[in-house]
Parts: sequence; structure tokens; C-alpha cells
Amino acid sequence: MNFEAIKSIYLFEMARTRRTLMQSVISPVVSTSLYFIVFGAAIGSRIQEVDGVPYGAFIAPGLIMLTLLNQCIGNGSFGIYFPKFTGTIYEILSAPISVVEIVIGYVGAAATKGLLIGTIILATASLFVDISIAHPFLMVLFFVLTAVSFSLFGFMIGIWAKDFEQLNVIPMLVIPPLVFLGGSFYSIDMLPPFWQTVSHFNPVLYLVSGFRWSFYEIADVNPLISLGIVVVFLAACLSITAWIFKTGYKLKN
Amino acid sequence: MAPIVSIQNLTKSYASGFQALKGVSLDIEEGEILALLGPNGAGKTTMISIICGIVMPSGGRVTVAGHDVVKDFRATREIIGLVPQELTLDAFETVFNTVAFSRGLHGKKPDPAMIERILRDLSLWDKKDTMLRQLSGGMRRRVLIAKALSYEPKVLFLDEPTAGVDVALRKDMWQLVERLRASGVTIILTTHYIEEAEEIADRIGVINKGEILLVEEKAALMQKLGRKTLTVELAEPVAVVPETLAPFNLRIGSEGRTLIYDYETSGERTGITGLLSAIAQEGFRLKDVSTQQSTLEDIFVELVGEAK
Ligand SMILES: Nc1ncnc2c1ncn2[C@@H]1O[C@H](COP(=O)(O)OP(=O)(O)O)[C@@H](O)[C@H]1O
Ligand SMILES: [Mg+2]
Repeated sequence: MNFEAIKSIYLFEMARTRRTLMQSVISPVVSTSLYFIVFGAAIGSRIQEVDGVPYGAFIAPGLIMLTLLNQCIGNGSFGIYFPKFTGTIYEILSAPISVVEIVIGYVGAAATKGLLIGTIILATASLFVDISIAHPFLMVLFFVLTAVSFSLFGFMIGIWAKDFEQLNVIPMLVIPPLVFLGGSFYSIDMLPPFWQTVSHFNPVLYLVSGFRWSFYEIADVNPLISLGIVVVFLAACLSITAWIFKTGYKLKN
Repeated sequence: MAPIVSIQNLTKSYASGFQALKGVSLDIEEGEILALLGPNGAGKTTMISIICGIVMPSGGRVTVAGHDVVKDFRATREIIGLVPQELTLDAFETVFNTVAFSRGLHGKKPDPAMIERILRDLSLWDKKDTMLRQLSGGMRRRVLIAKALSYEPKVLFLDEPTAGVDVALRKDMWQLVERLRASGVTIILTTHYIEEAEEIADRIGVINKGEILLVEEKAALMQKLGRKTLTVELAEPVAVVPETLAPFNLRIGSEGRTLIYDYETSGERTGITGLLSAIAQEGFRLKDVSTQQSTLEDIFVELVGEAK
């Protein structure tokens, strides 16, 4: 293991995070606050409790996940796309480092930033609603696994993307529908049966459901299944990443 | 001694189908300076990129210090330094940090004192806290060199190090290459400035259209292919070369005012004595006699021309 290299990449990425932290934090904090004001206070006051949890508190885990997913995909994809775009990737490719080390460095930094901002959102949420965490250990496990998986997912997007448009298209077009249709703002048994079935093909449902269970012990699906899905998603991302480096896909001519 | 870099039958076809390398074989000895000379598009950067791990080879193999560059990439990349052709640097990094980053990537423990020495050597020390985007082209080139030296490579590739660089920096660069060689570093540089190859290389390889046309000791190359011409300037112009001078294959230049004789410097006899006495017997009056040595440039143009 080339630990110096991992450290170098990680610290390099974290330095970039530090330079841009304010702008990265402000936008999700503002939008989360707006969600709470609109959904939590304005609409939520007319919505009954969901499974015994006040509506504002019910949506908090989903909002944290929304931010975490966006952040991790954004950081993960940008971290590797940018050197590709400027050409400085040559240095990574010609260094004595393996795929594993590259991924730990970049994805580790992207996940760290995601977790940092996710935690800030959690803190923001607790300003608006009462949040209790029934299973802190499981909550952290979901938090970290999700951050790592989606940073890795972002990393693959960063490798695949040919331009900035492609880089942004998935985070912008794919993630919000998956999160909004993934039971972030409602329990899926409020849906007609057909849409309930459809929702089960949405991986984000499992994330949000499992994550919410660690807070309030209410879930749309068994939390262990949720955990299993996250692990499978992580494993899939890991194997695709390994394949990318093995074949040099889009990284090496 | 086994060559430090051994390239065997290396081929590369890009995804576009374009074949950039057509079976290149080349051995590079430890401690030498090899200049790879070739016009734009010859395949120089492609070859270096394969050795360094930036481009995948299509066929053939390369070993560095006995290790395969694909299978044993860790062992080879630890000792290879690369100064790329393009001036690509992170805009928002400082000079010192980007050099320290390179050292770390190569698995070396931080060593600020050594980085200071390198930056001072390259006249970059007063710029150590400057953002890279604020540097001029020449300065960026120096930073790229500093980055490559930061991890103390044993084999250094310089891809067109003096392209677009002013004369002062070019001279600095040549001195640096000398110093590195003195410390035992093997240096491979590509260039399309013949002057550069002539100045600093021990051996010269000529590459064109993905093929190595020749690799020779510089001195031997100059001698082997080096031709001299003797120009005899006449007082009165001639229209045709007289019969008696036919064996010398003279050419007529400057509208009959000069006779030009080509000869090989490597030959036992140059034929100059015979030619001059034959000219005297013909009764020509001579105004001047001069000789020119062909330069590497002429050799190069000739080789690349033949390959067309
Ligand atoms: N990524 C690429 N895809 C397709 N063709 C390429 C690529 N990179 C280089 N080439 C082509 O390969 C040839 C050799 O390029 P290069 O190795 O950069 O030459 P040199 O460094 O000698 O100027 C050129 O004709 C160039 O257009
Ligand atoms: Mg080139």
C-alpha cells in the first residue's frame, strides 16, 4: 500500500473542500431550511403524524439523505472529472499507485465532505424539529455506507462524463426524482398498490427507509433488507470501478 | 549491462483506428542521455505515455529496470519521472504544495528541505507560495520539472522540455540535464529542435510516423551520415562540367559560378586532391574554395524525407 499517495490525494481533495466549503454548505443549509418551513411548518401542520411521528421530524432523515446523496455524487464526480478535464490526471496515472489507493483517496475525501455537510444538515434540522435517534450506531452505519457508495457512484460518473453537462445530468435529473419518489416525504403505504410496487425498484427507498428506522423505528421495508441493498450497491460500484481501471476505460487511451 | 529501459516491438493503435506506433524497439542504457528526434505526430509522446502508464499499449512490451511497465507498474513508476509536454497544472495550488504533492504520490515521505533545494535550483524558491495560475509559461515548465524531480527518479522523461521556452531557460535546462546525468539519472528527451539533440544527447534516435528510423551514438551518426561538400567558386561561369571532371559527380551551382563536390568524411580518400588538380588542369581560375559539414538537421531532413 502506498499510504503516502493516499494521504496526498486525500489532503489535496480536502484542501479543495476547505476552499469551497462555505459555498458548499450554504446552499444545502438554505434549501433544507426552506423544506422545513414549507413542508414542515406550512403544510405539515395540516398533515397528521406519520406512523406516530410528527411530519416535520418524519421528513428530516429523507432531507439529510437528499443532501448526502447530492453532495457525495457531486464531490465524487468532480474530484476525478476535474483532473481529467485539465489534464493533471497524467500525474495520477503515472504514479506508483493502484486503483484501490486512488479510490480510497478520492472517494474517501468526497465521502468525508458529504458526511460533514450531512452532519450540518442534521444540526440544521434539529433547529426546526425534535429529532430523536433510536439507534445511533445503525444511523452512523447507514450514513457512512451511503456516503461511501454514492461518492463511488459519483466517481464513476466523473470518469464517464465527457463534459460538464454529462457531469451534472445525473445528479440533477436522476437523484431528486429518486429521492422524492423514494418515500422521503411520505410513507409508501400512502401510495396506490401499483406505485408501491414501482417504489420497491427504487434503491433510494431502501436508504431512506433504513435511515429513518435508525431514528424513529418506523420503516417501509425491513431495515436489514435496506442495509443489504446498500451493501450490494456499494459492492456493485466497487466492481465497476475495478473494471474501469483494469481496462483503462475513459482514463487511458 | 542490461538496458535500463527496453522497448520491444511496441505498437499502439488509438480508438480512432490510427496507428501511432508501428512496432518500436529500443534499448536505453543506464546513465545515458537519449534524444528522440521526430516531427510533430511522429509518436514520441505516445511512446513515453505508454512507458509511464498514461496510455495502454496495443502490443509489445516495455521493461524498466527489468520490470514490466504494465504488470509491475509499481516498481517501474517508482523510478520513472515524467515532465509532460503539455503545461497542465492545478490552477489553485501553490508551487510548493504541488511539488510536495508529487513527492507524496510517489510514496515518498515529506522532505521540505529537499523540495526547497529543488525549487532553489530551478529559481522557483521566491515563487513557492504563488498560485500556479499566476505563473508564466516558462515558470510552469520549471514547476513541472520540479514536480518530476521531487521523488528522485532514476529515469527521467522530458517531453519537449524546451518547446516554447526562451533561450535563457533553454540553456538552464541543458545545464540541469547535465547535472542530473552526473548524478546518474538516465534521461530521455524528445524534441524537434535538432540543435537541442546535438547539444546534449549521447545518442540520438530518429522517429517518424510511428517507426524508429535509426538510433546511433551522436558522434558516430554525424560521422556515418555526415557528408561534407566542397564548393569551388569560379572566376568565370561554366555551362557544363568538362568531361575530365565527370568521375567526381560535380554539381553546378549559382548559375555556373560554383562547382559543388560531395564527399564522405568517413572515406579513406576524400578525392579532394585529385579534384583540385583536375580542375587546375582544365585551366579554371578559382576565386574561392570552401567546405561545409552537414548538420544533424540535414541528416534528419534526409531521413525523414526518405521515409515518406
Ligand atoms: N488520443 C488520441 N487519439 C487518436 N490519435 C491520437 C491520440 N493521441 C495522439 N494521436 C495521434 O497519434 C500520432 C502521434 O502523436 P504523438 O505521440 O503525440 O506524437 P509526437 O509527440 O511525436 O508529436 C499523431 O498523429 C496524433 O494525432
Ligand atoms: Mg509530443
